Amino acid sequence: MKQIISSPPVKETEFISKYGMQRRNMLKFLGASAAVITIGSSCNDDDPIPNNGVNLGTGDTGVLNYAYALEQLEAAFYIRVTQSTSTGLSTQETAYFNDLMQHEVIHRELFKAALGSSAIGGLEVDFSSINFSSRSSILSAAQTFEDTGVAAYNGAGKLLVSTDFLALAGKIVSVEARHAAAIRDMVSPGSFAGTTDSNGLDPALPPSAVLAAIAPFVKTPINASGLPTS
Amino acid sequence: MNLQNIINEIETVDPEVYEKLDTRRSAMKSFANMGSKIALAALPLALGGMFKKAYAQTPADVLDVLQFALTLEYLEAEFYNRTNAAPGLTTTLTGAARTAYQKIAADENAHVTFLRNTITAAGGVPIAKPTFDFTGGGGSGTGPLSGINSVFVNYVVNLAVAQTFEDTGVRAYKGQAPRLINNNDALQAALQIHSVEARHAAHIRTMRRAYAEANGGNANAAIPAGVTLKPWITLNQSGIADPFAAFVQGSYNGEELTTQAGVQTTSIGGQTYSAATASESFDEPLTKAQVTTIITPFLG
Repeated sequence: MKQIISSPPVKETEFISKYGMQRRNMLKFLGASAAVITIGSSCNDDDPIPNNGVNLGTGDTGVLNYAYALEQLEAAFYIRVTQSTSTGLSTQETAYFNDLMQHEVIHRELFKAALGSSAIGGLEVDFSSINFSSRSSILSAAQTFEDTGVAAYNGAGKLLVSTDFLALAGKIVSVEARHAAAIRDMVSPGSFAGTTDSNGLDPALPPSAVLAAIAPFVKTPINASGLPTS
Repeated sequence: MNLQNIINEIETVDPEVYEKLDTRRSAMKSFANMGSKIALAALPLALGGMFKKAYAQTPADVLDVLQFALTLEYLEAEFYNRTNAAPGLTTTLTGAARTAYQKIAADENAHVTFLRNTITAAGGVPIAKPTFDFTGGGGSGTGPLSGINSVFVNYVVNLAVAQTFEDTGVRAYKGQAPRLINNNDALQAALQIHSVEARHAAHIRTMRRAYAEANGGNANAAIPAGVTLKPWITLNQSGIADPFAAFVQGSYNGEELTTQAGVQTTSIGGQTYSAATASESFDEPLTKAQVTTIITPFLG
């Protein structure tokens, strides 16, 4: 099945104005005056926007949109889980999933607010591969989303220039790691940190690998070509 | 304004300016295309961010963070190593719980080795392992965690202290990450440890909750009455009861935040959330000074 979350994908005309205002909201969020900015009126012809996709953008805005996309996906998943009446989850597990849903929706909405008009539109998700009446199917998908989310944040930190944004991402990633550990312990008790390498480090993945991992769950094409690489 | 002139000027005092800016080369290029979108007046601010990343942190800062992290990892590794070897815990720390402690110990010891190697590779000398006092007595050996409350005798107290160390570790790394923003390798490694500490914290919390449920409730697990202990931190609740509550509270103060990036998280996106839920959604950093205050009682 598929469903639209947040809002429909942005139309190209809307995106042009959004894209042009990108810096303004960045600066506003950083506490700088927006008055120094003039808004461009033309879209860069070298940077075509797919009609049915989203472009994450460049710089810190792009990285925040990348995180926003991941949070959209997680939030949509947990909303769907909490709507299912026959998950097979225990009472305590159900309570935890309800917490996870709220945490992820709050993360999603915070990024949306921080990005302002630079925020990408709502992604169209595809959860047809998940059986929401099966505890194991739900837990398996949840583990994928949480472990991937942790690795994504771990890999994205170095892409940021602003220490404020880095601090914000840091506040979120450890909660994602707590989620991941809790889900893993539901899947297999004691597997909470089964992700570590020989140095005791959690994975860190670049956006390209993360977007490939979540591609089966996202219908909307995501253009990440503008993201920083270091 | 001539950007090239500015950089040329810097080059006269710092020949490595191009190297330092190298990672921001793509950002430099993008300036050429930004003219139609932002006014020149905005450029100094954007440029400032670029130079901030290139110059804000010195190698000394990075080494200081790594040494500080090593201190925390020594503390955690020693705690789990001695716990796993403690004769007083052989009948209480068993089965899945012991397996979990062995896993956590392996991670913490790996962090110690990794940080020592990283510090050496960065041209520093790793600090020696401090002497620890796990009674929390600052070297006296007679702190609040002594006698029947010794972590190496009392499993319930051990779990509470493990939780405090892990939650503190998460907050400590979080507080230091911005100091590493100029060093991609160090930053990423710190983040990769940070999330592992959070996984540990979540599991210890799960263990404490399970212990309470299997052993007659919160009162027998040093969890305050009425508290539902979760893998995530609710408000500024430690989930640790008296007589240890005050001793660990410094590790939880500030976690109750419900404003993030200037946005009220109890009322966001057209929905309202409890302060408990909003606070759970974000972990908060601790400064180096705050962490030092917290761990000082455990240093001999």
